[in-house]
Amino acid sequence: MAKAEFEIPELKEYPEIPPIQPGSMAHSKPFVAKNPDFMEPLGYPAELVDNWQEKAIEHMGDLLGKYRSLQVFLDACVKCGACTDKCHYYLGTQDPKNMPVARQDLLRKVYRRYFTFAGKYFPKLVGATDLTQEVLEDWYSYFHQCSQCRRCSVFCPYGIDTAEISMAAREIMDRIGLGQKYCNEIIGKVFKVGNNLGLPEPALADTLEGLEEDVLDDTGVEVKYPLDQKGAEILLVTPSADFFAEPHVDGLIGYGKVFHEAGVSWTLSSKASEAANFGMFIGSYENMRRISLRIREAALELGVKRIIFGECGHAWRVAYSFLNTLAGPFDFLDPNYPVPQHILEFTWGEIQKGTLKLDKSANDHMVVTFHDSCNVARATRMGDEPGGQFTIPRNVIKAVCNNFVDMDPDTIHEKTFCCGGGGGLLTDDLMELRVKGAKPRMEALKNVIEEHGVTNMAAICAICKSQFTKVLPYYGMGMDMIVSVHQLVSEAIVLTGQDTGDDDEQEDSTEDAA
Amino acid sequence: MSFLTVAFAALFYAATLLLVVGLARRIRLYWKTPAPLKIPTTPAPTTTGGVVLRMFREVVFFESLFKGAKWTWLFGWIFHMALFAVLFRHLRYFQEPVWGIVAWTSPLIKYLAFAMIIGLLGLLGRRIFVDRVRYISAPSDYLMLFLLLGIGVSGALTTFVAHTDVVAVKSFFRHLMTFNFATMPNLPSDPLMIVHLGLVALLMIVFPISKLLHVPGVFFSPTRNQVDNPREQRHIVEWARKLEQ
Repeated sequence: MAKAEFEIPELKEYPEIPPIQPGSMAHSKPFVAKNPDFMEPLGYPAELVDNWQEKAIEHMGDLLGKYRSLQVFLDACVKCGACTDKCHYYLGTQDPKNMPVARQDLLRKVYRRYFTFAGKYFPKLVGATDLTQEVLEDWYSYFHQCSQCRRCSVFCPYGIDTAEISMAAREIMDRIGLGQKYCNEIIGKVFKVGNNLGLPEPALADTLEGLEEDVLDDTGVEVKYPLDQKGAEILLVTPSADFFAEPHVDGLIGYGKVFHEAGVSWTLSSKASEAANFGMFIGSYENMRRISLRIREAALELGVKRIIFGECGHAWRVAYSFLNTLAGPFDFLDPNYPVPQHILEFTWGEIQKGTLKLDKSANDHMVVTFHDSCNVARATRMGDEPGGQFTIPRNVIKAVCNNFVDMDPDTIHEKTFCCGGGGGLLTDDLMELRVKGAKPRMEALKNVIEEHGVTNMAAICAICKSQFTKVLPYYGMGMDMIVSVHQLVSEAIVLTGQDTGDDDEQEDSTEDAA
Repeated sequence: MSFLTVAFAALFYAATLLLVVGLARRIRLYWKTPAPLKIPTTPAPTTTGGVVLRMFREVVFFESLFKGAKWTWLFGWIFHMALFAVLFRHLRYFQEPVWGIVAWTSPLIKYLAFAMIIGLLGLLGRRIFVDRVRYISAPSDYLMLFLLLGIGVSGALTTFVAHTDVVAVKSFFRHLMTFNFATMPNLPSDPLMIVHLGLVALLMIVFPISKLLHVPGVFFSPTRNQVDNPREQRHIVEWARKLEQ
């Protein structure tokens, strides 16, 4: 097991709702963005402004006028408690301020004090408080203990989504000069270099060339991983972790093989070399829009006809739900395809068409389960039917893999538990939170390992993959358990002309792929 | 006219005004505030008809709450449905002639007062005994339950234990409604009825400035009322469009 300076939650056979332990995570705070370079390029003051209190209230008023969600959600909560046991951070830390309603109340009590009749004149009665230094510290701590996974919103009778509240709170804090280093530094890199990891064009080209060589060595087939290729049909936008991190990169190899077999031309872009959009995590429409516009510009410059996104959870939310709003209209693309598409929609389409030759037995050494990523599950769709975001990934896995098992129904589909690292929290300075927040998912995973001999968990999100790789060892499980869905596809796919060693059956299938 | 009658006449006019104006202003605010992004909690309906159906299930069956907390759902749903039924029965105190359906169902519905009280007691119990719910409860959360309990219990008492001169009460309200003060009868000075009416007026007054705003709020909740079609239809609001210029 990995070493830790905190207690690692014990995994139970049946999930339990733990008693509250007030203040148990009050010490958890991510590093503050102290370097002006992390704040100013995003349009925020370099440090906490002098009249921050006054400014924060002013910005809260501004956001209340811009977001119906915020206005309605702050008014409508009746404190019924249905959300109190739904957050993975509460279940893992027992800190009551990690109950969604209590987290919302950190903002709501200030809203009531300054914006409502009852809070102005009867603050004690309705639990309204002034915006003090102490409250601001609570904001910084607990609004960075929300991964904006929306699980609470599934169970709320009014659909109150704590993610909306966290986003607003982070935007207010950024605007008064109290930003989170991790998110803001990354956004800065996107503006400057083009991706979260700060990989410049030559490094990307080099990496992709390396991948081509690897695939050639493995299969004897020349699969291309093109960069900035004008006139390609498809622009692939994928999280930059796919370029080098494990198991992400195996997914990228898979996308390339699928495109190759489908016989479509495609390209990556060095300008839009990042699917992630951390502008969402900090609740900034302006930054989210600026990041999204790179994709539009890249699509126009390269003259592509379609845009497809790689495996990434929140990126798919921004792409599916927001891209048309932020960077549309996409009337210059081929109207026969939705804009954008998910790589799994593409792959599932090809599987249905029969263009891919698949050898499921290549994955026979695995018993696979699937982790629904929160943003994909509760904020997007795939395909034409509601719930396609659940069926399409599973259909693809089942098409390339003989052994598939789902986890406890209360922990999958729209009830899925966050990996514990989403929403801009995937940083080492929040390790305790990440480990504890992973508890409900780890519990469900452990149960299918014990009951069904599950060996691997597939995911379709760069953050989930990185988070699990890091967190699994804390719970005594192997970090390499986590695989990309397109890694499974990649293993099973038999490329046209590939020397398989045993060329027995399947001669007849899909020679006309190209 | 007695002082009590005048006071309650004034009280109910004021309460009605505050309720109607307060609620209208709030609804107008929700209506006017834009929702810049598509944020339905998915899986979500892909058509407007589907959204209407989702909202119907949410408002009538409390679908999400049912998924989330069975006991709270049970007590909450019983309370709300009983309240609506009892409110419906109260039409008989304002109508002349009384609708057939109201008169016909009245003898049965009156027993739902007990369901309403049981639902409220269940919700109160949960607030007191579940540590997580106790933690999030403000004084106003308890007071709201006591207020509703007070209304329910006082109402039930006047129906089942100590009958009040309900004909006089009805006449009082009929006169209030038609602004006919010349022949307005005195409100019976029955303490139970005074408590009942006083609490109802208080409820009307606090409605637009309290968590009872969940009533209009649920219809404006973007996670529930938006159609899942962001790829098919571009969604953009005025302030966001300005950024494009």
